[in-house]
Amino acid sequence: MQTEKNAAAALSAEDFKVVGFTQEEANRIERPTISYWQDAWRRLKKNPIAMASLAVLAVLIVLAVIGPVIRGYDYVTMNVPEKNQGASAQYWWGTDALGRDLFSRVWVGARVSILVALVATVLKLVIGVLYGAAMAHFGGWVDDIMMRIIEVLNSLPHLLLTILVMMILGNNMFALLVALSMTAWCATARQVRGMIKQLKESEYVYAAEVLGASPMRIILKHYVPNMLGILILNASTAIPGFIFTEAGLSFLGIGLTAPDISLGVLISQGQATMDFYPSQLFFPCAVLCVIVMAFNLLGDGLRDALDPRLRQ
Amino acid sequence: MSREKEVLLSVKHLKKYFNVGRGSVLKAVDDVSFDIYKGETLGMVGESGCGKTTCGRVCIGLYGKTDGQVLYRGKDVHAITGKDRHAFKKDVQMVFQDPYGSLDPRMTVAEIIAEGLDIHHIAKTTHDRQERIYELLELVGLNREHANRFVHEFSGGQRQRIGIARALAVDPEFLVLDEPISALDVSIQAQVVNLLIDLQNRMGLTYLFVAHDLSMVKHISDRVAVLYLGSLVELTTSEELYSHPMHPYTQALLSAIPIPDPDVEQARDEGKIRLEGQVPSPIDPPPGCKFQGRCRYATERCRQEAPALREYGSGHFAACHRCAEEQG
Amino acid sequence: MNDVKNILEVKHLRVSFHTYAGEVKAVRDVSFSLQPGSALAIVGESGCGKSVTAKSVMGLVKKPQGEVKEGSEILYNGENILQYTPKQWQHYKGGECAIIFQDALAALNPTMRVGKQIMENLMGHKHMGRAEAQKEAVEMLRLVGIPEPEKRVRQYPHQFSGGMRQRVMIAIAFACDPKILICDEPTTALDVTIQGQILDIIKRLMKKNNTSVIMITHDLGVVANIAQEIAVMYSGIIVERGACRDVFYRPRHPYTWALLQSVPRLDLENKQVLASIPGTPPDLLNPPVGCPFSTRCQYCMPVCKNRMPENTDFGGGHSAACWLHHPMAPKVDMPDRKGDV
Repeated sequence: MQTEKNAAAALSAEDFKVVGFTQEEANRIERPTISYWQDAWRRLKKNPIAMASLAVLAVLIVLAVIGPVIRGYDYVTMNVPEKNQGASAQYWWGTDALGRDLFSRVWVGARVSILVALVATVLKLVIGVLYGAAMAHFGGWVDDIMMRIIEVLNSLPHLLLTILVMMILGNNMFALLVALSMTAWCATARQVRGMIKQLKESEYVYAAEVLGASPMRIILKHYVPNMLGILILNASTAIPGFIFTEAGLSFLGIGLTAPDISLGVLISQGQATMDFYPSQLFFPCAVLCVIVMAFNLLGDGLRDALDPRLRQ
Repeated sequence: MSREKEVLLSVKHLKKYFNVGRGSVLKAVDDVSFDIYKGETLGMVGESGCGKTTCGRVCIGLYGKTDGQVLYRGKDVHAITGKDRHAFKKDVQMVFQDPYGSLDPRMTVAEIIAEGLDIHHIAKTTHDRQERIYELLELVGLNREHANRFVHEFSGGQRQRIGIARALAVDPEFLVLDEPISALDVSIQAQVVNLLIDLQNRMGLTYLFVAHDLSMVKHISDRVAVLYLGSLVELTTSEELYSHPMHPYTQALLSAIPIPDPDVEQARDEGKIRLEGQVPSPIDPPPGCKFQGRCRYATERCRQEAPALREYGSGHFAACHRCAEEQG
Repeated sequence: MNDVKNILEVKHLRVSFHTYAGEVKAVRDVSFSLQPGSALAIVGESGCGKSVTAKSVMGLVKKPQGEVKEGSEILYNGENILQYTPKQWQHYKGGECAIIFQDALAALNPTMRVGKQIMENLMGHKHMGRAEAQKEAVEMLRLVGIPEPEKRVRQYPHQFSGGMRQRVMIAIAFACDPKILICDEPTTALDVTIQGQILDIIKRLMKKNNTSVIMITHDLGVVANIAQEIAVMYSGIIVERGACRDVFYRPRHPYTWALLQSVPRLDLENKQVLASIPGTPPDLLNPPVGCPFSTRCQYCMPVCKNRMPENTDFGGGHSAACWLHHPMAPKVDMPDRKGDV
């Protein structure tokens, strides 16, 4: 064959001198180094929906921060002569029933809603992690009692509890946060308990124990980094849930009420004038939906990106 | 070869039982006694359920004990506290079985190896610490540039080396090796075993080598202990175990191991001791010798009375009624 | 050249997997043949492609990640199974060709009684009626040496021990008298005393039905026990193949030789340095252009790094792919090992 002849012709005595190999060569790793987070980010980047959601969320958060200031309108002073206007050059999204700029009010409302959701999520995670870690660490009857407490809390109807709390503590931010995170931490605690119980049996935790690591060191250096992915996922599903719940509660009048501003309050106010000025209902609703959907889609993307089993 | 007869680890009538519910007891380690001398390698071998891993973990203090004593340099491993315990953790280290689970996936190789250094404050400066990490990497045959990589980028054999480097970081004198090569390919097993033998010669280490592959155990060990269902059935030097196995289980085990030589293997195939049945469960074992269900010499006495470990001439121990009777 | 027709012929098999990092060429041009009633052992380290090869023969390479490339041929009794219709596949899989895996617990359906699992196979392939299949299932369990088969046929997989589960898998596999049995590391997870029992059963059934066996393993002792022919794989290619005794006693490839030297033997001296192969196999994402073993071979020459070695035939079906056998290469003494030459 032609190629064979060429091949044979190209070979020379030089080609056949034994050179052996070096340890360097034998042990070399070809692929570039990649940490778990870099890998997850790479996977997330490949997901167009997740990246779009991320972009949308970024825009929303920027608007929530600076939105109210853009138009320069004081969103609380009532300007009754200008009430119930539709969208115009002056009032981008029109005015509400008391003449206030709807655009500014919606973004303030969004800001409040997101903040409430974030704080509630942080509370849920902190309480959940501490409680779950305690359960997993102590085990035995302590674990049993703590578990029963969770079960009791879970079997009480949430809405009823929320209403009770709001009635007792009043319609303010603090009460709302208490009501929202009151039972939400239970699921996190269970999850954390499960994860730590599993991690406790890992051989690398055994290795750390054999090396003489203190429990604190094991928690900080071994448990937390390995749980971070799941906790982030937990947060990413909790936030939209809280936003929605707050909106619902405030809409029903059980959560925040006027003069506090949140998306729920705005929707409630918009609903009152729904028949005549639908824009007052439309805009807060639209913003609410976009925020929640963006968080949900991002959460889905994060789940795929962070799931170690999908690693090929 | 002269070897100090200094006893490093002394295990006396060790028992480790687990409650598995409904009053049933899993006797993982059932009255095991042996000594390990400084500088030697004691191999501990047996099939699944024999309790060798549990035994190793009890010896190193990872698991508590149900009864008996584990003495390291005369001190009870399960009773020491405070500074003594800290010092113990420097002297005695462990290499684990699963190269894919024994290293934290979120840490870099440098962080894994340096964990021991950090806990015991061995390195005085950052530079020292870095140098020590590089030293350890080279000691186990890896490259310096591997220090910043993550565990998932390495092969099984390389991960096991990282595990060995981690154990050596604190300068131990005694290593418990819990099936360190079982999960590795054959040619990689040889790499790791050669490394272990080399390190032992260079650093004067003492090993407790737990494994189920008798060929490899015999190769690396000075003495071998054979376990069956939590009981020690035979203990002697590697050579003696191979040439004069006394206990019927040891004989069956040696017979069953295939030899990588077609002529030899196919010739011995006919004469192999074929054990009937399966390995019984270590939960609620019946009285008497643990091996009686599968032993071709079992008698009524074997079913009633558990044989004690007896010495049959310089250092060869076996627990078997038949052996005792034959010796008179 | 033997005039016995090969029951299986694999020609230029190429299998790749498409991953996030690129195309992993797991199997790169593998060819071998299998005679009826004979056992072929495919030996190699993890990642060498032996499992993937076996799975291709069974049609278990999943698209779209896995791809059996154009130009590959797997001829079963002369027919290329890669071009089978779904109906033909159904007849072939489990009927003509069966497979047993390493992890019996994962391979068996945990919610179905073992008898039913055997019956499923029988009714699907041999078109037996229910009652007949039931009796046959009990017989299969008896055949593989499970005591009290009438009682155990109604039990679930988790009620069996590891060795017993493996026997159940063998029973399911042999239920339809397959012509080819693929064993993917069947004894790796078993105790050595149980391993012997399983190998005995496989050998017995091989003789009874004249079944051919492809045994995937890394345990050279198992190979010595059961195989008539050996193919040594490294990094997706077969580096040496031949009759069992030829490969064991007259290895002609540095990898085979090193592999044989690195296994401790019971009858050898204690604490001798085992010949080990330093380093690790190359990344199959970017396989080297030349011989894949070049980075770890003590006889590596420049030509090894640049070109893939050609297969040199030593007669009697024994061949190896190594530049050392090229007429221009220096003479290297690859020692003949024990055994009558």
